[in-house]
Amino acid sequence: MTEPLPVLDVSHLSTHFATAKGVVRAVDDVSLRVQSGQILGLVGESGSGKSMTGFSILGLVDPPGKVVAGNVLFKGQNLLTMDPERLRQLRGDRIAMIFQDPMMTLNPVLRIETQMVETLQAHQSISRSLARTRAIEALADVGIPSPAERLSAYPHQFSGGMRQRVAIAIALLNRPDLVIADEPTTALDVTIQGQILALVQRLCRERQTSLIWITHDLSVIAGLADQVAVMYAGRIVESGPVQSVLAAPLHPYTEGLLGAIPALHERGEPLRAIPGATPSLASLPTGCAFADRCPRAFAQCSVPLGETEIAGDAGPRRTRCWLHSPVPAPMPTIQR
Amino acid sequence: MRKLLDAYSPHFADRLALFALLVLVVAALAAPLISPQNPYDLAQLNIADGRLPPGTHAGSDTATGPQHYWLGSDDQGRDMFSAILYGLRISLTVGLSSTLLALAFGLSLGLLAGYFGGWIDTAVMRIADIQLSFPAILIALVLLAVLGQGVGKIITALFAVQWAYYARTARSAALVERNKDYIAAARLLGLSTWRILFRHLLPNCLPPLIVVSALQVASAISLEATLSFLGIGLPITEPSLGLLISTGFQYLMVGDYWISFFPGIALVLLIVSINLVADRLRDVLNPRLQKQ
Amino acid sequence: MLVFLLRRVMQSGVALLVMSVLVFVGVYAIGNPIDILVNPEADSAEIERATAALGLDRPLWTQYLIFLQKAFSGDFGNSFVHGSSATQLILHRMPATLELAFAALVIAIVLGIPLGLWAGLRPESASGRTIMGLSILGFSLPTFWVGLMLIMVFSVQLGWLPSNGRGSTVDLFGLPVSILTWDGLKHILMPALNLALFKISLVIRLTRAGTQEAMLQDYVRFARAKGLKASRIVGVHVLKNILIPIVTVLGLELGSLIAFAVVTESIFAWPGMGKLLIESISLLDRPVVVAYLLIVVAMFVVINLIVDILYSLLDPRIRLNAAAD
Repeated sequence: MTEPLPVLDVSHLSTHFATAKGVVRAVDDVSLRVQSGQILGLVGESGSGKSMTGFSILGLVDPPGKVVAGNVLFKGQNLLTMDPERLRQLRGDRIAMIFQDPMMTLNPVLRIETQMVETLQAHQSISRSLARTRAIEALADVGIPSPAERLSAYPHQFSGGMRQRVAIAIALLNRPDLVIADEPTTALDVTIQGQILALVQRLCRERQTSLIWITHDLSVIAGLADQVAVMYAGRIVESGPVQSVLAAPLHPYTEGLLGAIPALHERGEPLRAIPGATPSLASLPTGCAFADRCPRAFAQCSVPLGETEIAGDAGPRRTRCWLHSPVPAPMPTIQR
Repeated sequence: MRKLLDAYSPHFADRLALFALLVLVVAALAAPLISPQNPYDLAQLNIADGRLPPGTHAGSDTATGPQHYWLGSDDQGRDMFSAILYGLRISLTVGLSSTLLALAFGLSLGLLAGYFGGWIDTAVMRIADIQLSFPAILIALVLLAVLGQGVGKIITALFAVQWAYYARTARSAALVERNKDYIAAARLLGLSTWRILFRHLLPNCLPPLIVVSALQVASAISLEATLSFLGIGLPITEPSLGLLISTGFQYLMVGDYWISFFPGIALVLLIVSINLVADRLRDVLNPRLQKQ
Repeated sequence: MLVFLLRRVMQSGVALLVMSVLVFVGVYAIGNPIDILVNPEADSAEIERATAALGLDRPLWTQYLIFLQKAFSGDFGNSFVHGSSATQLILHRMPATLELAFAALVIAIVLGIPLGLWAGLRPESASGRTIMGLSILGFSLPTFWVGLMLIMVFSVQLGWLPSNGRGSTVDLFGLPVSILTWDGLKHILMPALNLALFKISLVIRLTRAGTQEAMLQDYVRFARAKGLKASRIVGVHVLKNILIPIVTVLGLELGSLIAFAVVTESIFAWPGMGKLLIESISLLDRPVVVAYLLIVVAMFVVINLIVDILYSLLDPRIRLNAAAD
């Protein structure tokens, strides 16, 4: 079976931060694949490197951070080796990003109009009046009332939820092929969260736009995504079709995350929190980073390991755990 | 010694600044001992040696015998090197004494304002705010225009310019310290207010003030030089570096640069080295501040 | 907004009053005001007439009120040296000082902002460090000494630029201006640069700090994610954010430029009111000194007030908050 060319194919991506306390491996040997029109949920605790994965894909890592290894193929073109000007042309045009905190992402001293029109004009020669019309349509699409008037407003004149809608409108302005949404609902009220989630899902489905939805909340992924990837301490510990992963997790960490979701339990039963804390990314063990907290850890867990592919009902699954590795021998970690 | 130097700064430029400052201060202190002539003893001057370029060997008929004018001589036949050493003395004296006076006054007012709060606080801070909203030079001009020239007068002017900085810094430090447990403990022990203020509060408020006052010495010296250059600071009888530069100014226009140039270099060295040392002092004192 | 305005106007009024008391106490209460306000060569009859005219036999606070009243109408007496009204003398010299101050302000902006942006975008680079080193020098070097060095190098040694005066001026709206003639430009370049030196350093620091902070903000990252060109991100998104505080600070610094012009004008023999002040102090021409001090202090207070109001108008966030009050 030959798969169609994925929209995004990330392989062995590593982003490191050189700090005074040593090298922080924020993203470590991450591989992801997003098919056209699909939604991938990228799940992990805060500090697991999921946001940094998003920034690395778009080439938005600031010093002292640096992408040190891997490939990011967008429709077959490697974004990491691409000419910066070509990458700029793709950013905001074919690949867009939505950020976590809507209070911070819009420039406070520029009108919404300016921030929308410039996004269009950065990628196509379009007259100001036409760009305005497109911007008004985009605002209407994301449910901003009286968009023509709101266009001349400043960001602070909107509520948090409305600002996030504006940011989404800006991200979708150029009808991108891929949107990376970095926890866009975390900073919002619970009632607004659902609205935003539904909005992005609807718009992406309608337009056949691929979406990477980054979140710390596994329960959100259930109703949203086609595929899921679980990150822990800079690495992807498990990925696969969302139903298979949620129904029968392969990695003990995924299992732990599922156990910590209140909705899946009877009332009154205690939540099973994962014991221990996330390790420091500056001093990770050579083997599995979860071994310290893992109820099923054994001697082999201190040996470095790669990902193992396992066939599943809904498609191939991958995990990074010695429990599922057919080769009980150390594999060299891929470095470049 | 080595450790002390390392704790101060590992950077060459910072060490150089410390060294330069030490040399300048020692030179100023030892001026009467090391300068080739007493530039203000008229018997030692020879008007025939006026405006000699740097490096000239002359003056065989003066009381002190022949000498080298390494940095040239001024219109009176005064050796510039000696004049600079004596000028340094005056500049440093004026800068330091005005700063210390202002520090003592501003610190006391600031501590009182911060500790007691209420109307004392409001009154002191209002006055300081109004004063700080005007540039220092304007305040000094007002005072000197009113008072006239003189050492005491310029010290008064520099004092008036500076006190508000200390008052403000001391107040904010006192506000922070006031609510700490050790002050409450001292109060419970029934210690007198004065004792609490000066034995307990003062030492803990001091580090930021040391840095501010070190920086202020440099700006006081700079301001004094500026005012003396304008002819409204020190009188001719107290030739600070600024006054030396001022007298050389007219000759600079015709190409005899050294009368103004070398005192200027000495002044700049002094100010820049104080600034750099004060900057380091801030960094050295800062972690200790955080630990407290 | 109105409350804010009223409060600021009141504060300014208080500052003015405090300064007027200071000058009054200085000139009128310390020493004999007759010595100060009347020509020293006046005879005893004249002195008596003046004493009565000035109301010096009345209590101190009445005297202060009279002083204040006259000050409000701009009457500070006649200059002993020039014979004419002290206020007129100052006003006559004011355009030259203002031109110099504005020229320095323009230089500070034109040089300071690009240098600060550069240093802020590349804080670790050799060029960024050099710019910062120079700005530290600009802060610590005494202005008058730099002025002397400028004259030494560019006037005496190289002979490129004149060292004194305004050069030929052209009347603009009835006021003489130097910057419109080539000769005038050559004359204003050095003094303006000298006066601007401290402010250039200030602008570099403000711009650098602002740029570094802005570059870390999410809105800059979002702008990059939108695919904007670097020039637009820096020139519009970053600059617009940092410009408001910089312009505010510079506006507040205009007053101190006028005050510091005293030094620059004396060095470069620039015929402004600062040079007049120094001349008047050394000639004991007290009415002119008093007039200068109070006029400059008043200008200072008014400038600060205007800048404060402008600031609240410039920043859309503050504007909205004020409107909501």
